[in-house]
Amino acid sequence: MKVSVVKNILAANDRIAQENRAIFDEKNLLVFNLMSSPGAGKTSLLEKTIVALKDHVNIGVIEGDIQSSKDAERIAETGAPAVQINTGGACHLDGNMIRDTFHEFDFDALDLLVVENVGNLVCPAEFKVGEDFKVMILSVTEGEDKPAKYPLMFHESRVLLINKIDLLPYVDCSVERIREESLKVNPDLTIFEISCKTGEGLDAWCNWLKGEIKAKA
Amino acid sequence: MHEMSIAQSLLDVVKEEMRKNNATVLKSVLIHIGQLSAIVPESLSFCFEVMTSGTELEGAKLNMEVIPLTGNCRKCDRSFEIKNYAFECPFCDGTDIETLSGQELSIVEMEVD
Repeated sequence: MKVSVVKNILAANDRIAQENRAIFDEKNLLVFNLMSSPGAGKTSLLEKTIVALKDHVNIGVIEGDIQSSKDAERIAETGAPAVQINTGGACHLDGNMIRDTFHEFDFDALDLLVVENVGNLVCPAEFKVGEDFKVMILSVTEGEDKPAKYPLMFHESRVLLINKIDLLPYVDCSVERIREESLKVNPDLTIFEISCKTGEGLDAWCNWLKGEIKAKA
Repeated sequence: MHEMSIAQSLLDVVKEEMRKNNATVLKSVLIHIGQLSAIVPESLSFCFEVMTSGTELEGAKLNMEVIPLTGNCRKCDRSFEIKNYAFECPFCDGTDIETLSGQELSIVEMEVD
């Protein structure tokens, strides 16, 4: 017997993500899902952003890693509340894992919640967690061919942060090419060029983010 | 390598549909995989086999169809295949493109007894 089904395989996760989103919306809490390959600078970006905005914005962080609580410890150093999720091997976070951390936060005291996903340019793009939008980082050491090689993540992101621009003199990478290739995959991308090391470009990113937080508050 | 969790979600949906249809044997299941989704069919096939072997679903066949990425230009209202993941209209160079297909990850049909 043949049965027609037509059902989204990730429907269960999408439903949980929607429920998470409803909770965030009710609290007027802006949430973004931060993704990149390992070592591109996700945690460094958050450290810098938290410190730069600490007089205006209360930020909470959910840290996703396969193992260790190193990232949550780094965030906690800044004074921001951080909860570590260890996926124990899974290459991405999903809606359910995020929901399990909610009791650790006081959402009323937060303006922004960041979900720092597991370092991986592929899998996290496939799983919604309830975020308002996705932000991705590509560092200049990774190369300008990445948008063509990993189109889904570039296509799903609202913001692309091109990090480590202080290293441009030492690598064969053109920021212009990254921009061109990224905008081909996603013409609506908002792009910032930054260096978490020198602080260059971070003001523009922080100002943009403040605007988004204000719009949802 | 998230095909394992995709396979798990797939089997959850399959089992639920089998219960609804009072079916006990799964012969095959057909799924659509959009070209833009980050799924490797061979890897999903392997995970599906691993997760069904030794269970009541052992021997079920997973059929996969890759759905090409297509879009419609909101500026000139023409539809086309999106090549090389470049979201640009080949007719008018517009970049306001609505994705029509290529993001699927869905079960389409099952053959059960």
